[in-house]
Amino acid sequence: MKPLRLVPDGTTYPFMKWAKVRTPISLLLIVVSFALFFTVGVNSGIDFKGGTVMEVGGHSQPIDIAEVRSKLDALELGEVQIQSIGNSNEVLIRVATQPGGDEAQQQVVQKVRAALGETDYDYRRVEVVGPRVSGELAWTGTLAVLFTIAGIMAYIWIRFEWQFGLAAVATLVHDAILMIGFFALTQIDFNLQSLAAILTVIGYSLNDTVVIFDRIREILRRYKQMPMSDVIDLATNQTLARTIMTSLTILLALVSLYLFGGPVVRSFTASMIWGIVVATASSIFIGGPILIYFNLRPEKTDAAVKPAVKGGSASKPGAVPTPAPRG
Amino acid sequence: MLHFSRWKTLGIWAVIALGVLLCLPNFFSRETLDRLPNWLPKHQMVLGLDLQGGVYLLYEVDRQDYLQKRLRSLSGEVRGALLQEPRIGYSNLRETPNGVQLRLRDASQVELARQRLTPLRNPLSGSLLGGGGVEEFDLNISNDGVVNLAASEAGLNQRVSQIVSQSIEVIERRINQLGTVEPSIQRQGQDRILVEVPGLGDPARLKNLVGQTAQLTFHLVQSQVATAQAQTSRPPNSLPFVSQENPAQTYFVDAAPLLTGDDLADAQASFDQRTNEPLVSFRLNSSGAQKFGRVTQQNVGKPFAIVLDEKVISAPVIREPILGGSGQISGSFTAQTANDLAILLRAGSLPAKLTVVEERTIGPSLGADSIRAGIIACVVATVAIAVFMILCYGLLGFFADIALIANNALMIGILTAMQATLTLPGIAGIVLTMGMAVDANVLIYERIREERMEGKSVIQALDAGFRRAFATIIDSHLTALIAAIALFWLGSGPVRGFAVTMAIGIVSTLFTSYLVTRLIVASWARYSRPKTIPL
Repeated sequence: MKPLRLVPDGTTYPFMKWAKVRTPISLLLIVVSFALFFTVGVNSGIDFKGGTVMEVGGHSQPIDIAEVRSKLDALELGEVQIQSIGNSNEVLIRVATQPGGDEAQQQVVQKVRAALGETDYDYRRVEVVGPRVSGELAWTGTLAVLFTIAGIMAYIWIRFEWQFGLAAVATLVHDAILMIGFFALTQIDFNLQSLAAILTVIGYSLNDTVVIFDRIREILRRYKQMPMSDVIDLATNQTLARTIMTSLTILLALVSLYLFGGPVVRSFTASMIWGIVVATASSIFIGGPILIYFNLRPEKTDAAVKPAVKGGSASKPGAVPTPAPRG
Repeated sequence: MLHFSRWKTLGIWAVIALGVLLCLPNFFSRETLDRLPNWLPKHQMVLGLDLQGGVYLLYEVDRQDYLQKRLRSLSGEVRGALLQEPRIGYSNLRETPNGVQLRLRDASQVELARQRLTPLRNPLSGSLLGGGGVEEFDLNISNDGVVNLAASEAGLNQRVSQIVSQSIEVIERRINQLGTVEPSIQRQGQDRILVEVPGLGDPARLKNLVGQTAQLTFHLVQSQVATAQAQTSRPPNSLPFVSQENPAQTYFVDAAPLLTGDDLADAQASFDQRTNEPLVSFRLNSSGAQKFGRVTQQNVGKPFAIVLDEKVISAPVIREPILGGSGQISGSFTAQTANDLAILLRAGSLPAKLTVVEERTIGPSLGADSIRAGIIACVVATVAIAVFMILCYGLLGFFADIALIANNALMIGILTAMQATLTLPGIAGIVLTMGMAVDANVLIYERIREERMEGKSVIQALDAGFRRAFATIIDSHLTALIAAIALFWLGSGPVRGFAVTMAIGIVSTLFTSYLVTRLIVASWARYSRPKTIPL
């Protein structure tokens, strides 16, 4: 049986040359993400905003949303969202934070249960987050993201040169912004799980970028006089099969989760699927290419000693598919 | 790279066998496991509240409420201290938001007042800082005779910390009497308590049991009025308590209680023998019984109020002296509320009011749905990835699949052995790890292909592939680990479960996809001596 090759051998895609297309696209995506974030905003869940969420089932009977709404409107709880989930047997009720501290939040559940009654409905999930706890969760969430970025920068800086660290962080910040744009666009609940999704994608994006960086460094050592942009192209091409393969296996896992993992993890996986696609693209099109701006090699080698490159690779025939000379 | 000593080979297989052994109990019922010999591992995975259903409650000590009560008793102590002979005249004794203030009539008694009041500053022993240098109150007396006893920040913090410890004990006693499985009650930070009770059908009852202060006191009743008029005419030295059954009724009772919950020896739910109504019968300890006997002897014909958390449950009239030290509390209970009150009285009262600041309740049916969905997703992901790897890498892909299955067993085995809590995001973490587990294999195989294309022999290419991919694998795993650690730190409950499975997965995939695959590939190369690599 002949194995399937998703990426043909010895590709020589001129990734560096595609900057004219690539840069505007990724800038546009960033701008759109920011615009969405500042106009529509993310749909903060109760983890960060406080409030009450109740998942109510109708004992396998369809639930009449209008009836639920009219009962709850009578309670005058301010902003109340009622949304049917899964099938028509279940609704999700969200009540915004009530004025009057933690105890006022507690009464929401009692009031709703009293209004709907205990016989017709089944209270499958109840979550109440008080105003102070939500503030703290938002704060630790922010810290965790900053800590991850700092930790990653430090690691790359120790393991590689600082330029790689900056390039990696630029890439993962790009990915994080695009993910937040996704949350703003889809209005998926933005909660602790979403933050977990972002952090996981950050970790993955880095993983992808690091593999390419490793190769860049290896080629830099092996072919001391190859122009920087050729090095990047070569490294990206050589690792392309791996980058695509790994993304695909992870996407296989995520898609199974999305389809079969149930409604609770669906939004979590949806955002991660988007994140993995973005991370894969960014490590190919941004992580490596951005290194060109960080003068990894003294300027003179770039132009002056080009012939020596050919000499270098000629001594090892077929060792590396020599990239097409840049025109 | 392709040579493995016999011991190393044995060690690798032993680790996998151990992982399989540890993960096996999860596939059997509890009863089957109990019949097995004791030397076999029997731990099953600990399921998080989101998977088995249950209640997560985060309580916070209400500092303000505690301080208010403390200041009320402090002002009593101040009054008592100043009224000792020789008396110190004062006026305007009042409770400020964080202390007690008064004015001495005679400014020349400042020194005497200082002597009397200094003991009330109440040095707190057992300070964590050592030396017991913390005093609960700061005493400040101005020259013109204004006395200020203000709660110190450090003192209050220490008090709150003690309250948390005491409350945890009380809550443990209360929940244990419910007979539910393995509740977890933990301190969180300085003034919070996290209560997690799995598999409880009725969260409202739990909240009632845990959060109720359950301060029981008996008072002699001075008079009763309609609640609407209670503000205007309060007799001196009395406290107004509203009736539980009829909120329109207020009792004025003696401020000093006859008995408190501390005087109780036991409480049980039972039924009234004549009316068959549920009630709570109690027994006093010996000093309580003596006190109660004396008071009831002196006050036959008068009503006394049984007060729970500042509400009058009932106010029976003393018909005859109660000398035996036992009695009954009736007050329109149901069987369950009587039972719960008995539990509360036996377990003792909370030292301060607790407020729920976060609550998450998952019904058992939702949890069961989530487990089923999680298992299906796991199986589908495994099959999909396994097929994909075989399609892309043929025989070597099959080797990677063996490592993938070993990795699953190992992950579940480690999670089980550590008794780490598995949550729904945790299951997502396992599935995601499978996607990442084959990453190391992909890196190695792509590397082997490259080496082969550079003209190396089969053995050389295999060897170089494993060797040169290693640094990259370490890098990619470590960076993922950084993210997992941050997640662990960020998360509570479910998200933390995700971080734990990710972290374990990162370590176990390093083992399986690197060592195990290498071992299999090495054996294959040794025994079948391949002329080409099927990549």
